[in-house]
Amino acid sequence: MNTTVNTHTTANALEPQWLLDRRNSGNETYSNLPVPSAKDENWRFASVLSEDIDAFKSAPMPEDHAIDYALSNSKLVEDPIAELIFVDDHLVQSKPLPKELIDKGVRFLSLNEAIEDHSHLLEPYFLKDSTRLGSQKYFGLHASNVKAGAVLYVPKGVEINEPIAVYHWSNTDKGLICPHTLIIAEAQSKVSLIDVLASTTEENRCLNISASNIQGHPSANIYRKVIQNFNSKTLSFQLDSAIADRDTQLENIAINLGAAKARYENQIKINGSGAHVTMYSLSVAEETQEFDQRTFQTHNAPNSVSDLLYKNALFDTSRTIFSGLIQVEEGAQQTDAYQTNRNLLLDQRADANALPGLEILANDVKCSHGATTGNIDEDELFYMLSRGIPHRVAMQLIVLGFFEEIIEKLGSDSLAENIRKLLEEKFASKIKS
Amino acid sequence: MQSLEITNLNVNIDGQPILKDFSLNIPKGEIHALMGPNGTGKSTLAKVIAGHEDYEVTSGEILLNGESILGKEPDEISLAGLFLAFQYPLEIPGVSIANFIRAAKQARLPENESINAVEYYKELYDKMDALKIDRKFTARSLNEGFSGGEKKRCEVLQMSMLEPDYCIMDETDSGLDIDALKIVADGVNLMRSPERGFLIITHYQRLLDYIIPDVVHVMYDGKIVHSGDAELAKELESKGYDWVKDSFVSSLAQ
Ligand SMILES: Nc1ncnc2c1ncn2[C@@H]1O[C@H](COP(=O)(O)OP(=O)(O)OP(=O)(O)O)[C@@H](O)[C@H]1O
Ligand SMILES: [Mg+2]
Repeated sequence: MNTTVNTHTTANALEPQWLLDRRNSGNETYSNLPVPSAKDENWRFASVLSEDIDAFKSAPMPEDHAIDYALSNSKLVEDPIAELIFVDDHLVQSKPLPKELIDKGVRFLSLNEAIEDHSHLLEPYFLKDSTRLGSQKYFGLHASNVKAGAVLYVPKGVEINEPIAVYHWSNTDKGLICPHTLIIAEAQSKVSLIDVLASTTEENRCLNISASNIQGHPSANIYRKVIQNFNSKTLSFQLDSAIADRDTQLENIAINLGAAKARYENQIKINGSGAHVTMYSLSVAEETQEFDQRTFQTHNAPNSVSDLLYKNALFDTSRTIFSGLIQVEEGAQQTDAYQTNRNLLLDQRADANALPGLEILANDVKCSHGATTGNIDEDELFYMLSRGIPHRVAMQLIVLGFFEEIIEKLGSDSLAENIRKLLEEKFASKIKS
Repeated sequence: MQSLEITNLNVNIDGQPILKDFSLNIPKGEIHALMGPNGTGKSTLAKVIAGHEDYEVTSGEILLNGESILGKEPDEISLAGLFLAFQYPLEIPGVSIANFIRAAKQARLPENESINAVEYYKELYDKMDALKIDRKFTARSLNEGFSGGEKKRCEVLQMSMLEPDYCIMDETDSGLDIDALKIVADGVNLMRSPERGFLIITHYQRLLDYIIPDVVHVMYDGKIVHSGDAELAKELESKGYDWVKDSFVSSLAQ
């Protein structure tokens, strides 16, 4: 059953002291740290952020038509077992978990609900830490402003097979949204959560500073997908961090389609042996879009695997930056860590930058990193044309095919199909005959 | 008129002549075999006919059922009725056989019509079964990780699905084991019809035991130097290209 929520709540003085403290320190960090410059290693190749960040403000509860639009377009994930939909950081609809999962102790809460009633659940993790990849200033802004998001707690041994969905819509011009996702997966639990970030209009220029935090306890199995499809005016920062413990299975997939500039930071820390972490990303850049991707794979424990594959297709004068670091600590023997960035240039004016990196302090490891940038293979194209397939369709098939190894990892046929459709829509105007 | 007719075709690669006044006429209903030493220009001919842009055609004509196809795009030439089974089929990552052939079939329908999926899969499976291609292959990326023989069988599958007027098969027999060779030959023989012409490029007379050609051509240094019936392939097999050179090339040169 879906319920519409009409209350308008903000961060307020009724919050517990620990949270107020973290918000204050976030605010200080935001005020004290300088705006990053391209001289900073973490911002190499990124274009300078000329925007006045302070001009973006939290927006009031949106009007009904915006809510209606959001509700009727929150369809990417078919048949979620539970769902939260936010517009401008206001909860506008929620589909609660089925009773049997609640009875087992599973909690899927909007952030406000969690702060009010389950503060003990949040305190060990919420806003404590984030990525260390250059956006600390913006995480500070997130911490001081965050009021929307989802908190998912799965107790030991509970397995949820159906996906949980969270939608965050931006609606207001000059609006600021700060979505937060916290997943606490206890030992041997299993869960899949999908965040969708999008805009209700083509025009509203908004600032998104979202953060997610995944706590994977021993043998937990966590699947987290995030689909960023903001309008082409949006500025977006996504700061995702995760911790994997002994035998944790963690799969991350990021689909990046929208925004004028989108910075995506993804940091995973493996703290237990036997963990298996994958980080996949697919981006389609067009016009003057810039996708700035910074990743960090830390192995603090032996016998674990982390596998990263970031694929970008670039049209027009778009830009991508991939900068990744694998760090294997002393003692993290028998680590398998991989990092691959592949860029498909569909226009000679497009610009793909790659900065792969390794820092290995253990001596018995298998690590590889590599980046390739290439064009459409003319022989492949000729082969397809020689079957009568028109140029435009052939290009679409090749570009979709390039992404297929990521799309097939989405694990759900309906979601994969919906993502293919989104990609096709995006290509339709790009690939001409 | 109902033929694939190549007249005095001259083609250069990087300024070097590869095809030299090449002429060949394949009427519908006939199977022509083309044999010739490595590097003599057989694949170049096949790709030029299929519309590959990288070759400089300096003169000559290629008519498909009376219409010139020289200078047309490869997809137009395909829709006009030509099919080329590649000597080295390309691997297309992430594009399944089913989706690939479907896109090619769709291109043959009017703009507002779309393929009937049920009929399509029935036809696809029937033809895969006939070529002894495992049905699981439909979901695999086209040619990616396929063995040499699997690639060639997949070329023949595409050919039989697209039902072209003229089929050029560039060394489809290379890389096939004996059983696969028979399967592929059966596939071609099933497609043999008064409405269809074939150009079979091969190095081995063995294939021509299964697919009996109407005419065999021997190509040497960019042109056909001798033609005959199916017996010519056998003679060539036993006598080799020195015989061709001595008997036909020097006499032409004078
Ligand atoms: N793209 C190219 N660039 C340069 N030379 C080429 C190119 N394609 C073909 N050639 C040359 O043209 C000549 C004819 O090549 P082609 O592939 O047509 O021969 P073929 O008769 O098919 O040989 P094979 O029996 O080995 O398949 C060869 O000398 C080859 O090296
Ligand atoms: Mg050849």
